[in-house]
Amino acid sequence: MFLGKTLKVSVYRYNPEKDQAPYLQDFTVEINGKDMMVLDVLNLIKEQDTSLAYRRSCREGVCGSDGMNMAGKNGLACITPISQAIRDNKLVIHPLPGLPVIRDLVVDMNQFYTQYEKVKPWLQNDQPAPAIERLQTPEQREKLDELYECILCACCSSGCPSFWWNPDKFLGPAALLQAYRFLSDSRDTHTAERLAALDDPFSLFRCRGIMNCTHVCPKGLNPARAIGHIRTMLFDRGV
Amino acid sequence: MVINITNFARSGLYDWMAQRVSAVVIAAYSLFLMGYLFFGATPDYAAWHALFSQTWMRIFSLLALISIAVHAWVGMWTITTDYLTTRLLGPKGTALRFGAQVVCGILNFVVFVWGVQVIWGF
Repeated sequence: MFLGKTLKVSVYRYNPEKDQAPYLQDFTVEINGKDMMVLDVLNLIKEQDTSLAYRRSCREGVCGSDGMNMAGKNGLACITPISQAIRDNKLVIHPLPGLPVIRDLVVDMNQFYTQYEKVKPWLQNDQPAPAIERLQTPEQREKLDELYECILCACCSSGCPSFWWNPDKFLGPAALLQAYRFLSDSRDTHTAERLAALDDPFSLFRCRGIMNCTHVCPKGLNPARAIGHIRTMLFDRGV
Repeated sequence: MVINITNFARSGLYDWMAQRVSAVVIAAYSLFLMGYLFFGATPDYAAWHALFSQTWMRIFSLLALISIAVHAWVGMWTITTDYLTTRLLGPKGTALRFGAQVVCGILNFVVFVWGVQVIWGF
């Protein structure tokens, strides 16, 4: 893609203390043909308008702070090159959809964390603790790959229509990925209780297989597949 | 665990299984009827009557009717709980959702009884 000297950017703005309604504000940013990351563009805009609010921290796709919607697709601004996010020579940036906006690109993540907490994302083991540590074979450990790497950026859950409609009842792909992470952990002894807590019509089964979660995950994880695995575990026990 | 009293079985797994099994039955019945119409005997009254007089066809049709009722209920229940909610519609959401579920349930029942009458009255 050819990148010019300048780039047009539309950014979602909303300050509930003074704005009646959200609006898109246009900026022109000097990029000098460089395929920089979207976060770099936001930093340049921040130099023009210091009132712009967004979250950022590690700037290398590890902390999960700068999840946002770029050209209609959720992702992390720090690892999304503008060449992938420009449509019709313009970069359009919205906050993560489906979550309440606190200000500009900053969203309220409370509902997301509440659902995460419901799956009890910690190891539960009733057996007496061994003297040193609970061992796993390399094969048992391998089952946690592509599950434990989640950074809770909320790109998946906030991209899921089932989560938009029922964010208090449907756990959402991020929480369900972690539910499966502990269901597949050989050291966890609460598999039956964990599964029982998911067998209602909403918590897990409100997933309709839309697959937005897998499409947008910046870490390349597959929550839809994890949800399918949990369904299979429930089915194995239920028939 | 989210408590619900108006879905098919109170269990997400049961609803999920019922929706998939009923979908397979509906697909099999539709394919059979289409195959019969395209490749079978001329679908005049006598042939149609002969087909629907057979016990296996009545069982198959009744199974398809039950499957439609189950499939439609799970689907419509899901739609009402997605879109007709207090979250989206305010305080009147619950009344609208329950009302829509009652209408869907009655329609489902009417279609089922009417279908049985048609199959058995042929």
